[in-house]
Amino acid sequence: MDKPVLSIRHISKSFPGVAALQDVSAELCPGEVLGLVGENGAGKSTLIKIVTGAIQPDQGEILINGTTVAHADPFDLISLGVSAIYQEFSLFPEMSVAENLFYGQELRAGPFLKRKEMVHQSRQLLERVGTNISPEKLVKELSVGHQQLVELAKAISRQAKVLIMDEPSAPLTTHEVEFLYQAVRKLSAEGVAIIYVSHRLEEVFDLCSRVMVLRDGQHVETGPVSDFDRGRLIELMVGRTLEQEFPPGMVKLGDVRMEVRHLKSADVQDVSFSVRSGEIVGLGGLVGAGRTETVRLIMGADRLISGEILVDGVAQSVRSPQHAISLGIGLIPEDRKHQGVLLGETIRFNTTYASLGKFSQAGFMDNQKERKAVEAAMKVLRVRATDMEQLVGNLSGGNQQKIVLAKWLETDADILIFDEPTRGIDVGAKQEIYNLMRELSAAGKAIIMISSEMPELMGMSDRIIVISDGCSVAELSKQEFDQARILHLASTGSREAQKEAEAAC
Amino acid sequence: MLNILSKYGIYAALIILILVFSLASEAFLTQINILNVLRQVSIVGICAVGMTFIIITGGIDLSVGSMIGLSGMILATLVSMGYDPLLAFGVTMLVGSLLGLLTGGIINSIGIPPLIATLGMMTILRGMAYVISGGLPIYGIPDSIKWLGQGYVAGIPVPVILMAIVFVVGWIVLTRTVFGRQVYGVGGNDEASRLSGVDGNRVRYYVYFLGYALATFAGIILMARINSGQPRAGTNYELDIITAVVLGGVSIMGGIGSLPRVFAGVLIMGILANGMVLMNVNEFVQWVVKGTVLLAAVSLDRLAHRAKGHGSN
Repeated sequence: MDKPVLSIRHISKSFPGVAALQDVSAELCPGEVLGLVGENGAGKSTLIKIVTGAIQPDQGEILINGTTVAHADPFDLISLGVSAIYQEFSLFPEMSVAENLFYGQELRAGPFLKRKEMVHQSRQLLERVGTNISPEKLVKELSVGHQQLVELAKAISRQAKVLIMDEPSAPLTTHEVEFLYQAVRKLSAEGVAIIYVSHRLEEVFDLCSRVMVLRDGQHVETGPVSDFDRGRLIELMVGRTLEQEFPPGMVKLGDVRMEVRHLKSADVQDVSFSVRSGEIVGLGGLVGAGRTETVRLIMGADRLISGEILVDGVAQSVRSPQHAISLGIGLIPEDRKHQGVLLGETIRFNTTYASLGKFSQAGFMDNQKERKAVEAAMKVLRVRATDMEQLVGNLSGGNQQKIVLAKWLETDADILIFDEPTRGIDVGAKQEIYNLMRELSAAGKAIIMISSEMPELMGMSDRIIVISDGCSVAELSKQEFDQARILHLASTGSREAQKEAEAAC
Repeated sequence: MLNILSKYGIYAALIILILVFSLASEAFLTQINILNVLRQVSIVGICAVGMTFIIITGGIDLSVGSMIGLSGMILATLVSMGYDPLLAFGVTMLVGSLLGLLTGGIINSIGIPPLIATLGMMTILRGMAYVISGGLPIYGIPDSIKWLGQGYVAGIPVPVILMAIVFVVGWIVLTRTVFGRQVYGVGGNDEASRLSGVDGNRVRYYVYFLGYALATFAGIILMARINSGQPRAGTNYELDIITAVVLGGVSIMGGIGSLPRVFAGVLIMGILANGMVLMNVNEFVQWVVKGTVLLAAVSLDRLAHRAKGHGSN
């Protein structure tokens, strides 16, 4: 075996109230891809921050090529060959690819930039990650997938020997993930050692040679990927056996709670469907097909050009989110951090924020009533937090999602729209969200769910509406669920529908 | 550590400042001088309350000093023309508040950033203050109005009492009411607020209405104290007001702030000015000190933020 390029020895780190890491050790050899998995809060981020020098461990040491690194900051570690890329990009959209790659390390002749040389070297860097995009293009003109590759090229531009990839595939489409795979394989063949963090376990099996499981800040197991299967990996991550992943649906459905007919807006062409009390209706389709835009219309967040929204059989012109809320509609948005929660406010603040009227008299907050309700909601939804005064920004993704849900339960919403309900949420918390959705539908709520994860869409939905190019093109009952068919409809459905429409004219 | 510093540092700074000046000058910690400092900060203090609301929503008001000047001119003109002081007071308050709604409207419906919208208003309102009298001061203020700036109740200057009332009411509104919640919510995340059914535009209308109303009120008190409508009145006050608010820990990014700390910020600004006068510090040097204090306060705020960012997992 090669000599390890990175050794992590007995690292411990505590934050006030939590032991984030306890006595964790690992070794990484050149060319190796190590999968790092664990639930949110397991200590993955802390470990990464320690390895990149963003924070200092309380105990233990980091060795690079056998030499101890002490009190190094991120700049020191970059110069030692440790780079990291994250799911959120750090590129400048208005600058060219080459300018981004050499930002902060520009090649110069005196005060002047050596543009040609930088473009030339950029091309070589981009080739190393397996792409031939032009270095002179502006970053904002690139697809998200290509931007991720630029990010990768930037990370290796300073002779990286160790590359840490934290959820690199999160913003990418299935197609774009392929490019990422190729780039990772290419770099590993060149001898770059990679730590790959992902919630998507398939990627770990596809890419990694070894996998390391963390749970509650402790090292659980490390071994060759071939020693694990998906079920065992999940068990090790959550520390218990999981029940059936998707809880079964209701037998008896209630009345139609909401129906939309021929919705049309700037981004939606023609969408119609209905949802019953006790039912979960899944909206399937490709990213950008207009599913999020459709539910935003129902929520009154965007302007409707034509079409009807019926709640309990009565046509409503939903003018604003306030109006939608008064009709009993609630939206758990896809972009949780920017649209779902107020990160800088407390659990208490967030939970009652959409139902302040209920917790006030003559404009004055009834603090006692509020506290009681928040306490009860935290119990029902099993929110894991120190107390209700904790900032939502400090919670894990799963717990943040529960707070968004709590907010809508306080408004007594009974038409709930989940847009990608488990995005960025780890395995154990995913299960909890699924169970909660089922509990809610069993209690008679009508649920609309957008999901781009096929197993989730087919496992959770009682019925699936396929949306393609802004049109609802098909409706599938549970017996008709079929991954290939859904994908086919999602990619070609609108063209067929268009043909039909033309024929009708 | 930095967390505690950002939470209570302002009070510690206030106490240290008081200790330093009371050692440096015997005249500092006397009853007369304390009341004097409080009266001097009352104009800035009243406006700081409105500014706090505005900045918490993520906005800013550069026109506050001009509004102070204009409101004094309007009231002085009306009473010098022989109108009933109470009626004139009401009209002035109405005009000032409506100007606040206008500014809110410019920001909401046209979408001009608050910095630019209020920069424009700052110039317009100052110009109007000069236009009213052709740039001349207006005298002949009746005693009933003068009382607002010069009167005493139980030995305490009226402006100080008014400032205290404004702070207490503002604090109650911000911490105990639905509206207060919405002010923080809109500043914290406008889009999430909108999707939660909180109309950010409505909240913005209210805070600019409030800010301008308080600036108008403060302008009237200032005019009453200096016995005349001066078109220059309130010039550069926006600097002191924003400094005091930011010093009090209100985040210029919105969403964060508390009035008790803003009050401490107002006192620090007032005590600095007063103490430096007592110690015969040159006025120009005072400017340097004030600006330095502002930057130090914001630096502290940023450092605390950064420390927090690293602490969370």
